[in-house]
Amino acid sequence: MLGQLITSGIAIGATYALMALAMVIIYKTSEVLNFAQGDMAMLSAFVAYMCLSTYGLGFAMSFTLALAFAFALGAFLEFAFLRRAKEPNVLGLIIITLGLEMMLYGLASWRWGSDQKDFPFPVSDFDVYQLGGDVVISQLNLVTLGVACALMILLFVFFRYTKVGVAMKATQQNQQAARLMGIRVGRIMMLTWGMSSVVGACAAFLIASTDTLDPNLMWTPQLKGFSAAVLGGMTSLVGAVLGGFILGVVENLFGGYVSVEFKAVVAFAVIVLILCVKPSGLFAKHYVRKV
Amino acid sequence: MLQVKNIETLYGLVMALRGVSLELPENKITAILGSNGAGKSTLCKTIMGMLDDQPDKGTIWLDETRIDKKDTEDIVNLGLAYVPEGREVFEELTVLENLQMGAYTRKTSQAKDDLKRVYELFPRLKERQKQLAGHLSGGEQQMLAIGRALMMRPRIMLLDEPSLGLSPLLVKEIFGTIQRVNAEYGTTMLLVEQNAAMALKNCHYGYVMENGRFVLAGTPEELMADEDVREFYLGIRSEVSVKGYQRYKRKKRWR
Ligand SMILES: Nc1ncnc2c1ncn2[C@@H]1O[C@H](COP(=O)(O)OP(=O)(O)OP(=O)(O)O)[C@@H](O)[C@H]1O
Ligand SMILES: [Mg+2]
Repeated sequence: MLGQLITSGIAIGATYALMALAMVIIYKTSEVLNFAQGDMAMLSAFVAYMCLSTYGLGFAMSFTLALAFAFALGAFLEFAFLRRAKEPNVLGLIIITLGLEMMLYGLASWRWGSDQKDFPFPVSDFDVYQLGGDVVISQLNLVTLGVACALMILLFVFFRYTKVGVAMKATQQNQQAARLMGIRVGRIMMLTWGMSSVVGACAAFLIASTDTLDPNLMWTPQLKGFSAAVLGGMTSLVGAVLGGFILGVVENLFGGYVSVEFKAVVAFAVIVLILCVKPSGLFAKHYVRKV
Repeated sequence: MLQVKNIETLYGLVMALRGVSLELPENKITAILGSNGAGKSTLCKTIMGMLDDQPDKGTIWLDETRIDKKDTEDIVNLGLAYVPEGREVFEELTVLENLQMGAYTRKTSQAKDDLKRVYELFPRLKERQKQLAGHLSGGEQQMLAIGRALMMRPRIMLLDEPSLGLSPLLVKEIFGTIQRVNAEYGTTMLLVEQNAAMALKNCHYGYVMENGRFVLAGTPEELMADEDVREFYLGIRSEVSVKGYQRYKRKKRWR
């Protein structure tokens, strides 16, 4: 029982980890909590659904198109809305993302209706592998885990070893100085939003395939992703991923041993607990300014 | 070369620059002296296009190109580099990454040569290349800020108070490097300084700024001979007793 709870906890945690990654990427560059994150991902999942069901395209094609859409959507939202804010403060920007969230939600409800749709996916949640003992893991869970880990490694390499990745970090630390290096800060921000949107979209595809697809798809995962990000310190990619796994496992254990009804409360409890005990998060290795 | 024509810069309703004109002679070091709040940094920021919608009046030219109203990124691409007051290095990036950001707009192969050159000028940066910039001492951060700007291989370099908070020995070293860069690479420099003695020793031409305008200009020899500069900037009293009243009047003349 324990082994199974932990295993499925890790698998669920992987989707939280992806959502947390998506939020952290944006938070790192602009200190903005993106409340539209979930619905950006949800819309991308609908695009994938449309390609698959309405136009009958193959999986590879559909997902590629949907990811491209996700990137364009993120970049567009940054360019069209967030950049327009004159002398923005963080609160104002957060309000903008809330507005975007409502817009995207409305758009999806209007275009696809609010009934639940089956999201076709090439791997199934019912084919399971024995992990020893009576612990099993489904194909889908394995894929989810794989995708989360692969994206994490990709992002890590990107931020560590590519010029653009380092420029993103530079922009986050000091925008004025970044401009003085000739870094086009506007483009960096668009790229940030695009990348974040793609990561979120991956999470949405995986979540939609275990569940059904409707405009409320990402409401809970966004909250969970946010909790995981807070747990990991909001600025650390590794922290966000570990936060996602920890949250998934803790939540599952709570559901298994204490109460299934109150399982959803765990994420809230985690946020409150972290904010009380260690507001910088468990894994924040934030640079401490010398005075 | 760079020409500033009668610019006025506003912060809201406050006028920080009140008609400043300046021409940087090619391959020379030009110094600007001035007390706190005179508007020296504002002039640099205006030239670099860092202040939104400024200058309010006047124009700035680089050769035949008008550069006021351009974005900072474009101005940098035209060959201007600014070493800001207070260094502004990327504290959570390593020394090496900071230098690489300096070369952001350039080809990787070119950047390699420049990195060698910067390390040769500042061997201390090479020793610390893996360290976070925020963990460097103030002097090392200043070297990094200058090195980072050199990675752009700029035609013109604006240096805003490079001696701020450095020990006298380091100040000497930094000015030595500035001289060397100017001599070896022919980089045109605009040097903003509080340390008047050091600045006048190291420049080819100097301006004195007060309250948002230039009140004096001349060669270092001329400026050093000027009584006001001697008294207010170099701290040398020429006469034995200048009465407070006279002093007030003299200062007033400049406004
Ligand atoms: N962001 C700002 N908003 C409003 N006023 C400003 C701003 N920055 C500077 N000022 C004002 O403009 C004037 C010139 O400032 P500036 O920073 O250019 O002085 P400075 O000559 O560089 O002085 P210092 O030697 O102390 O660096 C000052 O009176 C200052 O108060
Ligand atoms: Mg200044």
